[in-house]
This record gives sequence, C-alpha cells and structure tokens, in this order.
Amino acid sequence: MSNIPAELRYTNSHEWVRPEGNGVFTIGITEHAQELLGDMVFVELPEVGSAVSAGDDVAVAESVKAASDVYTPITGEVVGVNEELEDSPEQVNSDPYGDGWLFKVKAEDPAEFDELMTAEEYENSIEED
Amino acid sequence: MTNKTVLHAKHLEAGAKMVDFHGWEMPINYGSQIEEHHAVRRDAGMFDVSHMTIVDVKGKGAKGYLRHLLANDVDKLKVKGKALYSGMLNEQGGVVDDLIVYFFADDDYRLVVNSATREKDMNWLMSHTAGFEVTITEQPDLAMIAVQGPNAKEKVATLLSDEQLAAVADMKPFFGVQAGDLFIATTGYTGEAGYEIMVPAEQAPGFWDRLKQCDIQPCGLGARDTLRLEAGMNLYGQDMDENTSPLAANMGWTISWLPEDRDFVGRAAVEEYNRSGKEKLVGLVMEEKGVLRSGLTVKTSAGEGVITSGTFSPTLGYSIAMARVPAGTGDTAEVEMRKKWVTVKVVKPSFVRNGKKVEQ
Repeated sequence: MSNIPAELRYTNSHEWVRPEGNGVFTIGITEHAQELLGDMVFVELPEVGSAVSAGDDVAVAESVKAASDVYTPITGEVVGVNEELEDSPEQVNSDPYGDGWLFKVKAEDPAEFDELMTAEEYENSIEED
Repeated sequence: MTNKTVLHAKHLEAGAKMVDFHGWEMPINYGSQIEEHHAVRRDAGMFDVSHMTIVDVKGKGAKGYLRHLLANDVDKLKVKGKALYSGMLNEQGGVVDDLIVYFFADDDYRLVVNSATREKDMNWLMSHTAGFEVTITEQPDLAMIAVQGPNAKEKVATLLSDEQLAAVADMKPFFGVQAGDLFIATTGYTGEAGYEIMVPAEQAPGFWDRLKQCDIQPCGLGARDTLRLEAGMNLYGQDMDENTSPLAANMGWTISWLPEDRDFVGRAAVEEYNRSGKEKLVGLVMEEKGVLRSGLTVKTSAGEGVITSGTFSPTLGYSIAMARVPAGTGDTAEVEMRKKWVTVKVVKPSFVRNGKKVEQ
C-alpha cells in the first residue's frame, strides 16, 4: 500500500499539496503516481513568476515509461521550483513527498486547498482504479 | 491463462513488480529499472528468460531442414557449440521470428525462439518438415537465466565445478556447451559479456539464489529493453514482424546469399527487396530533453518514417530510438515532441557496447 501522508491534500490526477504558510503551497506527485510511472528521467517545471490557474498543465514528469502532465491544483503565482530535479529527477521516485517536490504556488485564494481531497478520500479513489 | 516461470516465487520474494508479457507473468523491475540497467553495464545482472522457447532439432535431415528454413546458413557452423543468429522468413520475405541456433553436429541442433511467438513458431517448424528426416522437440523443462555484465563470467565461475570451468574456459562469444546439468552459452541481449544458462527447471530456484548470493542484481524486462536498445538489438514484434523485410530491419547481415542455389524460404522475395528496397532501420539520437517513443512519426528529406522502439538511454543520459525510414534518409530527421518538431541525429542503430558509447 502506498504512503499517503494525512496532513496533505490530493487530486484525482495524483498531485499532493502541502500548505507552507502565508498562502504558499508546495506541490508534487504522490508515491502512487511515481510507482505507476516508474523511474523518472526528466522533469519540466514551470517558470518562477508565471501565473497559473487550477487545472492547468504546468509541469511534465517523464519516466522511462511515459510522459505525464502535472496539473496545478492551486491558482496563483509560481514562487519556486525544485531545481535539483534537473540533475536528479530520481528524487521524485525516492522521496516523492520530500526532496521530490516540484513547485510552489502563492495562492490567490488559500481556501482552494480545503476543497481538495483528504488523504482518506485519495486512498479510496486509488483503490477504485 | 497466465503462464509462470519456475522462478516466479523468487521474483515475488525479491519484491518484483510483475506484468503480463504475452501471456507470461514476468518481472518488469525489482524497484528501479535504471539501477538494474547500470548494474549490467558496470557489474553484473541476471534475467529470468525461462519463458523463451527452446527447441531441439535432430536427425539425418536436420542440417538440410535448417538450411531450407533459415535465411542464415547453418553450413557456416563447423565447430561444435558454435551459434548463429538468423531470421526465419515467410514466402513473402517477412520475418516469422528471429532466433539463435546452436550447432552440435550435422544431425543435432538447438534453437532458441521468442516466447511471444511460441505457438506460431512451433507450427511453422512442424509445417516445413516434409522431405526431411528430422525430429523437433520442445524443451519446456529447461529454465534459462541470462547473467550479463563485465563481472558476470567471473561471478558465475565461483559456482561452477572444475569440469564446468574447463568446459567454458576460453569459450569465444556466441558458443554454447553442455557442462554437467547446465547448458552455458556466451550469448546475450545486452551488449555486454556474459552467459545465457539453461538449467533443469527443478534446479533453477536454487541456482538463482546462489547467483544472488554472488551479488548479481536481478533485472526485469524494463532494463532488458533499455539494454538491448542501447546495444542496437531488435525486438521481434516491435522492430520487425511478418510484414517487414529483414533488409528493412537491419538484418541484412543475417542473410546468407551464397551459395546461390540454396533455396531458403523467402529467398525470392528478399532478393526482390534487395533490388528495390525502399526502407531501412536506423538509429536516432536526441540529446535534448524528452524521450523518443515507438509509434512517433519521423520526417526526413526522403519522406516519412516511424519510430519502432524508443527509450531513454540510462548509459548515455539522453533518448535513443530505432526507426524505419526511407532508404534515402540522410544524417538528420525531425520528430514531433510535445507539439513541436525537434531535429534528431540519424546514426547506425548501435549506441552502447561493453559499457561504452559507440562513436558514430
């Protein structure tokens, strides 16, 4: 069974979201998602400063198996990206909720977070797959 | 129905992720296919290839039968144990399968054919025996383990008896020898040195464990695919099939044209293709981000082609592919990657050998 930390929120498309305070949220892909994709070989990240809307495909996680779009669950401005992934995309596999984070968004409306799936809801959704 | 090899329980024990491979439940990886890939390039890895089909061809007519059936000529095989890679063609000059044939004597050969095409191959072998005194016997009770990598032979040697060590000493590439209970061959599908070892099924799990105790990394189908593609080796069903001429699949070197009167199945059709051939199989290299994938269209100055196999090369750190393109294709081509056309290099389909980049 995949690790699904209780303090994070989730999406149907397998992103996770962590509140960092001041309306900033860190976003990555779940352990389940990286298991499905297999070894990561390239990660394309959005530009810092770009404006993004919830549901936009803003990043690409490309594994040996497939290229997968990553959608931002939060509307706002990109305020940080994980540059280490340029040289070490495997961090998405080895530590999806830690060193494998993808990007940070400063939310227009921090309440968007509360509408995302809880860990329990996400777990149920992937069991149905 | 799903088939399982005799090593199935060993794969689960090692934490393998299992997938369906043409009716066989096989390991795709044991955690990280890239780490498994590197283990084979830098040290030693092992693959369960027990799903492959082993067929013994014996009898007075065995040599004549295989000279008729295969595009390569078993008459080249003069030394006991020598192996040959060949296509088996249909009358239209398409590839029924690719295989390895081992020679022991003019009335004694062993074939290893693909598992995905087992039934078709057995029917094909059986349906071409007319006029030849030959018996064809499948060997389903042999498991097969490929041990590959720069340290593979040395590690396997620690498990062999004196008699077996003597049998494999100084064995050149592409030979096989029966040594005690093991059939040990210097063949493989990775571009590295190593062995493919046939072992009686009941002994296979114990042998697998002993190999593992020698720090040989179990590797799945994922690494097998990236390794063979780096080595520029074809995968049947992907890089060629019944509708592909061997000449359009980089298999021209496996056709023995001489003697001209050897009447092998498909000869007239491949001779015709040789005069008029429109396509060839090339390698593609893309050094920027992204991964070339099979099925993508390739644009060249001579017309359009298609990627037959594509992957990320863990050894090189960028994407490589094999593509079937018009015969007049030059040094570059274009591939559509995420809605934009990217220029890629066209090279010979061989990228890595013995752990090193092949300079083109």
